Amino acid sequence: MTKKIKNLNLNFGPQHPAAHGVLRLILELDGEVVEKADPHIGLLHRGTEKLIENKTYMQAVPYFDRLDYVAPMNQEHAFALAIEKILKINVPIRAQYIRVIFCEIGRILSHILNVTTQALDVGALTPSLWGFEERETLMTFYERASGSRLHANYFRAGGVHQDLPKGLEEDIAKFCETFPKIINDLESLLTDNRIFKQRNVDIGVVTKEDALDYSFSGVMIRGSGVPWDLRKSQPYDCYGSLDFKIPVGKNGDCYDRYLCRIEEMKESVSIIKQCLAKMEKGPIKSLDGKISPPAKSEIKQSMEALIHHFKLFTEGYRVPKDEIYTAVEAPKGEFGVYLISDGSSKPYKCKIRAPGFSHLQSMDYLIKGHMLADVPAVLGSLDIVFGEVDR
Amino acid sequence: MKSLEDLEKKINSELNTKINNTEIKHNQIYIEIDKDDIIDVTLFLKTNQDTKFRQLIDITVVDYPENNLRFEVVYLFLSHEFNQRLIVKYSIAENEVIPSLTSIFPSANWMEREVFDMYGVSFKDHPDLRRILTDYGFEGHPLRKDFPLTGHSEVRYSEDQKKVISEPVKLEQNYRNFDYESPWKGTKYIKEEIENNDKKN
Repeated sequence: MTKKIKNLNLNFGPQHPAAHGVLRLILELDGEVVEKADPHIGLLHRGTEKLIENKTYMQAVPYFDRLDYVAPMNQEHAFALAIEKILKINVPIRAQYIRVIFCEIGRILSHILNVTTQALDVGALTPSLWGFEERETLMTFYERASGSRLHANYFRAGGVHQDLPKGLEEDIAKFCETFPKIINDLESLLTDNRIFKQRNVDIGVVTKEDALDYSFSGVMIRGSGVPWDLRKSQPYDCYGSLDFKIPVGKNGDCYDRYLCRIEEMKESVSIIKQCLAKMEKGPIKSLDGKISPPAKSEIKQSMEALIHHFKLFTEGYRVPKDEIYTAVEAPKGEFGVYLISDGSSKPYKCKIRAPGFSHLQSMDYLIKGHMLADVPAVLGSLDIVFGEVDR
Repeated sequence: MKSLEDLEKKINSELNTKINNTEIKHNQIYIEIDKDDIIDVTLFLKTNQDTKFRQLIDITVVDYPENNLRFEVVYLFLSHEFNQRLIVKYSIAENEVIPSLTSIFPSANWMEREVFDMYGVSFKDHPDLRRILTDYGFEGHPLRKDFPLTGHSEVRYSEDQKKVISEPVKLEQNYRNFDYESPWKGTKYIKEEIENNDKKN
C-alpha cells in the first residue's frame, strides 16, 4: 500500500531574526528538504524612486543613505558620480580621497556586519560581539565627518559636504593599525572552526555560468571565480591610482564568499592607508558656485554668495537633459543609478539598481535540495539588506 | 569587440534591419529597436563571440504621459569580457504586451515583475507575473507620472474593528510643488505683457 505524502508549506518570516530584515519566505518542504522557495519582498518598500523624482538633486541624496543602511556612503557615491558625469564637473583630488576613504570604511562596516551575523545564524555568538565594537568605532568616524552615525548625507555632486575635522585623519590611521589584528581574531574564531565549516562549505554553490545568468555581482560573482570588480575594471574617482588586489573564490559556496569578505576587509584597510598617505590639503568640493553652496562665512560678506546660497537651497541646480547609467562597487555588489534629467532641478527618473535584488531572486535556485537549516546560512551569505532590495 | 565604435559597426552590420538608431555617449552605447525584435537582439548580444553581453543588469521603464507611445522600455546589459555597457530601448503604447526575457536571462523574472508592478506593463510568456514590491491587494501603478506622490489610500489599525483597515488618504496639507522659475524673468502675466509689447513694436 502506498501512502500519499503532502509537502509542508512553511512561512519563514517576516519577523524572524535570521531573515536579516523583513523577508517573508514561503518554503515548500518535503520532510526537511526544501523543494521550493518563494521570497515575498516589498515589506519595506518606501517608494524611494518616486520620492526622488519630486526632490531636487541635493535633496535626493539622503534617500540613498536609506537604501543599504549598513554602508550608506557607497550609495551616495553612485548618485554623485551620475550627476557629475552629466554636468561634466571635476572633483578636487582631496575630495576624491575623502570619498574613497569613506567608501572603504562603508565596505568594512558592511562586511563586519555580514560576516559576524552569518556566524550568528549558524551558531557562533562571539564574533558579533567583537565585530560590533569595531563597527561602533567606524561609525564615530562617520559621525565626525558628517554629523551622523548612519544617515550621513555627506557626498555631493562635485565633492563632499565639508572637510574632515581636525585629528580625524590621524584617528583613522590609528584604526588601520589596530584593525588587522581584529580581523585575525575573527578569523581564528571562524575560518578553521569545525562547526562553521560544516555549516558553510559546499552550501549554496553557484557556478560561474549561473552567477552570470542570475545577474550576480560583487562577492557573489567573485566567490564563484569571476575576477570582476568595478573598482578595477571601470575605475571611478581615484581608484585607478591605488594599488589593491581582488580576492576571488574557487568553489562558489558560502564558505568561499565568507573568505572573500575577510580578504576584502584587509584590502580596504590597505586602500585607506594609501589614501591617507597621498592626501594633501586642498578644496573638498567643486569651485563652481552654481553647483556647490558657498561657505557660511562668505554669505555674510558677499552678495553673490548670498544669491547662490538662496538659489541652491530653494530651486537647486539645474541638470541638462541627458541620460546615464553609472555603477559603483558597493560592498554587496554593483550598485547602479540610471538617471534621466530633463533640464530642470529635479530628476525626471532615477532607477536604482540594487545588487541584493538579483541576489535574493536566486533564492529558489540556491536553496532547492538543501535542508531547512541551510536556509539561514545561504541567506546570510547572500548579504541581503532590505533597505536596498525593497527601495 | 575592443572599442565601442567597432561594436557599433558590428551591431549595425549584423542586425541592420532591426536597429533604428545607435549612439555612443558617456562611454556607453545606446541602441533603439522595435518591440518585436527584443528577443532576437538579446540572443545575438548574449551569444555572439564579439559582443558577449552575458549579464542583464536591469530592466526599467520611463513614463512620458504626453507621448502617444507612452512608455520607453530600457534594458541595461553588461559584457564582462569586453568591459562594455549597452542600453537597449524601445517605446510602447499603454496596454501593449511585450515579450519576456525570462527564457534567456532567468534574472529577468523579478525585474519584469517590478516593471509590471510599478508601471503596469504586461509581459508575454512570463512564468509568474505577480506584483512584487507593493502591498498585497494594492491598486494602481505607483511610478506612473499620473500617480500622486501621496498615493490613494493609507492603512491603519482600527481599535474599533480590531483589524488593519485601508481608507482614502487624508492630508492636513497637500504636497506643495513650488515653481522656481527665476522671478527676474518675470511672472506669467508680466511675460505675456512683454510679449504683447514686443509684437506691437
